[in-house]
Amino acid sequence: MKNILIVGASSAIATACARQWASERARFFLVARNEEKLGQVADDLRARGASEVQTYALDMNDLQAHEAMLASAVASLGSLDISLIAHGTLPDQAACQQDVELALREFSSNGLSVIALLTRLANRLEQQRSGSITVISSVAGDRGRPSNYLYGTAKAAVTTFCEGLRARLFKVGVHVLTIKPGFVDTPMTQGLPLPKALVATPERVAGDIVRAVEKKKDSIYTPAFWAGIMLIIKSIPRPIFNRINL
Amino acid sequence: MARHLASWGRYPYAPQELHPCAWRDELPPLLQRLAAKGTLPYGNGRSYGDSCLAASGELLQTRQLDRLLAADWEQGLVRAEAGVTLAELLAVAIPRGWFLPVTPGTKFVTLGGALANDVHGKNHHVRGTFGRHVRRFALLRSDQAAPLECSTAENPELFRASIGGLGLTGVIAWVELQLMPIASSRIDSVTVRFDSLGEFFSLSEEFDKTHEYTVAWIDCLARGHSAGRGVFSVGNHAREGALEVDGRPRLSVPLTPPVTLMNKLSLNLFNNAYFHLHKPGRHAAQGSYDPFFYPLDSILHWNRIYGRKGFQQYQCVIPEAAAESAMADILASIAASGSGSFLAVMKRCGDVPSPGLMSFPMPGVSLALDFPQHQRLESGLFGRLDQIVRAAGGRLYPAKDAHMSGDDFRAFYPAWQQVEALRDPALLSLFWKRVTQA
Repeated sequence: MKNILIVGASSAIATACARQWASERARFFLVARNEEKLGQVADDLRARGASEVQTYALDMNDLQAHEAMLASAVASLGSLDISLIAHGTLPDQAACQQDVELALREFSSNGLSVIALLTRLANRLEQQRSGSITVISSVAGDRGRPSNYLYGTAKAAVTTFCEGLRARLFKVGVHVLTIKPGFVDTPMTQGLPLPKALVATPERVAGDIVRAVEKKKDSIYTPAFWAGIMLIIKSIPRPIFNRINL
Repeated sequence: MARHLASWGRYPYAPQELHPCAWRDELPPLLQRLAAKGTLPYGNGRSYGDSCLAASGELLQTRQLDRLLAADWEQGLVRAEAGVTLAELLAVAIPRGWFLPVTPGTKFVTLGGALANDVHGKNHHVRGTFGRHVRRFALLRSDQAAPLECSTAENPELFRASIGGLGLTGVIAWVELQLMPIASSRIDSVTVRFDSLGEFFSLSEEFDKTHEYTVAWIDCLARGHSAGRGVFSVGNHAREGALEVDGRPRLSVPLTPPVTLMNKLSLNLFNNAYFHLHKPGRHAAQGSYDPFFYPLDSILHWNRIYGRKGFQQYQCVIPEAAAESAMADILASIAASGSGSFLAVMKRCGDVPSPGLMSFPMPGVSLALDFPQHQRLESGLFGRLDQIVRAAGGRLYPAKDAHMSGDDFRAFYPAWQQVEALRDPALLSLFWKRVTQA
């Protein structure tokens, strides 16, 4: 029976992963901002076979509160076999360009809060000498693009942080997995004019994530074809890149 | 966000804007916000005609309400949000030995849609409609702050009006459904080729007593001595075997051709080939539940084969006494028109009553088939078929309909006024407007 911590548990991708683990009778400790929504997710997982579901309401921008949350998760689950870090927002790039406060707040939600959490979580898992950390980053972190470089910057920081963390924790048998989803059909992307053929369901992305955790992959694009798309985007020469609006 | 959105038949075309709701606690404020202009709950868009399109063009989409609230796997009692599809419910129920007590021919409908259309399936003669297995549900109305729980004991009028109520009495938030135990997810089936309508009736008489599921494919083009020929297919859940969710890969129709691919030539070819694929006599087999119940679900977007103009399904039910002669007349009219489709389904309905006020099935025989949309469809063939159905005391199915007249609807469903009286004033479909207000 797996013991699973999920931060950002009300996100569509996290929910879809949790449902797959619930069918294997996993035990959960779920963290999200909104208590009401956490309750709805917890009931769903219980009905789908989860052995036990604990919830913990927390805004991840409250960095000082991370330690108490982790202590509570460990007290409740014992060991942490899988930790899925999935919280985040999709900032409005245009608004962030006009409002420094907003830009920093969004950077904190998507970057700093993840780094703060991973720092504390890593130290606990280093002691535990087992377990797996899965972090939802994004293809947006691969190259700063004019349409969403604030988000991309935060995700690039997370991706780089995870790469270093992976090499550090590898030595003690702790696995770190970076997930780079492309466009996913979730409430977060609702209303965006995304090319339909490139938008994946949260279920498909979750299938990739759950498999990657099992196979102890280092980093994946999901769906896999995003590796090709990002390779092209990264190889666009700068003189051209500067003249287009990606 | 505006999306080009059509019903399953892609006819009639009426632009609709989708307003999705992903959380139960966000449902009341969203309904209040949409109430001023008027709206309609929309699940997964599998209704064929205009019953799932809002008169205002503003739809409240419930598909993302896809959570379970509670499940008692000892008793097979599940409470789930309205946007959960039958496929999603089967995926959690089958491994635990439970199955849908009633399932229509597609697993891509939502629980809310199944309730609002009081859908039926191949076991109507044994278990009646979907609504019969609904224990309770939560209904959110624009004139109430909190959802109302409805059952035969609580708010019984709303319970009866909402089952088959076409989503007009309120937005269904969740549904509590009694599932049916199964020993295996496999189906023991028998197929029998038959050469006439009379044979369909005697086969149905015989197999309805011994089999949970019975249905027939009809060759809608066959005329003269082979009129009414087809393939009868029946099944029971296997008594032993695996409990496996069928996750076979699916094909997809990738784009909509400019014109229908279903024409007289292709149809003739299809129907002849399919009929002769089945050797005379009775053939027993065992297979997975999925191709038995949901053959068309294996081809995503199959509705696209009818081209940009779309199609209409004609589904009627004729009471027992008049069934054989009326069905013969209907099949003769269709064969003479040379139109129709490969997908023609005939089914004996039983006398198990529905709790719903506007349920479609009645004891008798139901026929469903698709027609590529064209200008003369409604005035020509559909006009003749409507006359036969009317004279025989039958009725048409709102979930499939894009053409029935207001006079016909009000005669077919005399309880419509009770539903109208309980209708949420903020909810109105193009269908309801067409048949009650035009």
